[in-house]
Amino acid sequence: MSDSVGAIPSVKLSLRGIRKSFGDNTVLDGIDLDVAEGEVITLIGASGSGKSTLLRCSNLLEPLDDGQIVFDGVDIAEPGLDADPIRRRIGMVFQSFNLFPHMSVTKNVAIGPRKVLGTDKATANAAAAVMLDRLGLTDRADAYPDQLSGGQQQRVAIARSLAMNPEVMLLDEITSALDPELVGEVLDVVRDLKADGMTMLFATHEMAFCHEISDRVCFLHQGRILEQGPPEQIFGDPQESRTREFLQRVIDAGRL
Amino acid sequence: MDQQTRRQAYEQRQRRRSLLIATTSTAIVIGAIVVLVPRLPRWSRVRKSFFDGDIFADSFPRLLGAFWLDVQIFLWSVPLIFALSLAIAIARNTRSPALFPLRAAAVIYTDVFRGVPVILTIFLIGFGVPGLFDSRAWSNPLIWGTAALVLSYSAYVAEEIRAGIEGVHESQRAAARSLGMSSGQTMSAVVLPQALRRIVPPMMNSLVSLQKDVALVSLIGPVEILRQAGLDKSKFANFTPYVAAAVIFLAVTIPCTRLADYYLHRERRRTGATAIS
Repeated sequence: MSDSVGAIPSVKLSLRGIRKSFGDNTVLDGIDLDVAEGEVITLIGASGSGKSTLLRCSNLLEPLDDGQIVFDGVDIAEPGLDADPIRRRIGMVFQSFNLFPHMSVTKNVAIGPRKVLGTDKATANAAAAVMLDRLGLTDRADAYPDQLSGGQQQRVAIARSLAMNPEVMLLDEITSALDPELVGEVLDVVRDLKADGMTMLFATHEMAFCHEISDRVCFLHQGRILEQGPPEQIFGDPQESRTREFLQRVIDAGRL
Repeated sequence: MDQQTRRQAYEQRQRRRSLLIATTSTAIVIGAIVVLVPRLPRWSRVRKSFFDGDIFADSFPRLLGAFWLDVQIFLWSVPLIFALSLAIAIARNTRSPALFPLRAAAVIYTDVFRGVPVILTIFLIGFGVPGLFDSRAWSNPLIWGTAALVLSYSAYVAEEIRAGIEGVHESQRAAARSLGMSSGQTMSAVVLPQALRRIVPPMMNSLVSLQKDVALVSLIGPVEILRQAGLDKSKFANFTPYVAAAVIFLAVTIPCTRLADYYLHRERRRTGATAIS
């Protein structure tokens, strides 16, 4: 791999030597990962392996201890850099939805463009309506988050994030808080995003879906990417014993 | 459904039983007071000096007139308290290192004004600050009494607002920041609207408290209800005006307290917590 910034034009996001500790607990121990434009990379691994922290570090919600995050040729982890203009270009969807409970669905989706891009209310609401239509939520536009099912809430959260026209999406176990019968509707949205060519970094426990959608699967163990490759290889012929053990546990739990 | 289930019938019997017990016990307590208190050796003298009907009727309209000043002080104070306490709460929640002096000032402010009794603050500001000015116009005790109340109460209300802000889950900030909102936008659009909703009940309690403490301003001069009651007491050599003043306060504070309870109850229901009896 070339070391010069932006040398590979198709690389959208490049994580280099990412380290992060909380106190004595090293959560990320030197992560290197290049995400190509339009690529879908899934992060798998046990709880505490660093998947969520890696995503939260990728858009600087969590400050790094060390490392570079090269986004479109610029190191956004540069200390002292104002992260706000960068975060608006990187969408994030959370496990627990994190919708704004005091705002209607439409306002949840419109608030980003209104506050951050200065879009006027009418334009932002019209754009929100288009986005909600795309995600099949038109009839819930005036509802409040508490009145929605988990699957609907998560789709609104995705709509809220997409309203900012992000160039990369970070999906943090977005189906883990959902009842099993609601997982499908959210995964359908992810399929559509892939079809539209969205670049995605997706931490998940849905192994079957991971197998289906990934261009590349990364297995995280103790803050490192222990093994990575196309899903056929990771699921069909894992090289590392830790990967095999993890997948065996998943199979034993009936999740694959 | 007109057919009661066995559980509904049981609960109805329980409710009737509770009502009966409550009524009986209340009647016994009130009966005991009515029967026993007049038997105390000096009851007749206390009744004459605290519950004189004629003096009550004479004093009441004057007290009501003086109470209007309390209401006015209260009404000026509330928006000022709200603005100042909000500013302090936000100052305490800033995170930028450059704003450390602001945070420190906010902490010192709340420590000092929560630590000093309201009445002492009123004395110190009411008698101290006018001395700084030559003009008599600045020695109006209403201004400085109100200022002292605002300073004291803002410290309490700021803590309530801060608790409300801290009660908004960190994930809400994460969501707002991930959209690219600045910390200021996150505070104003996402955190504060949720925080303020939560703190309505404690803030109502503080306002009920303020309604009573307005009377303390009388100690530096203005003739509001407490002072008027004192004047009437001296005039009649009788304590009944104090009782009349208490009645006027209760007529305002009890409905306000009930309203605060109602909001608290509604907020609890809205957030889904069920009362356990």
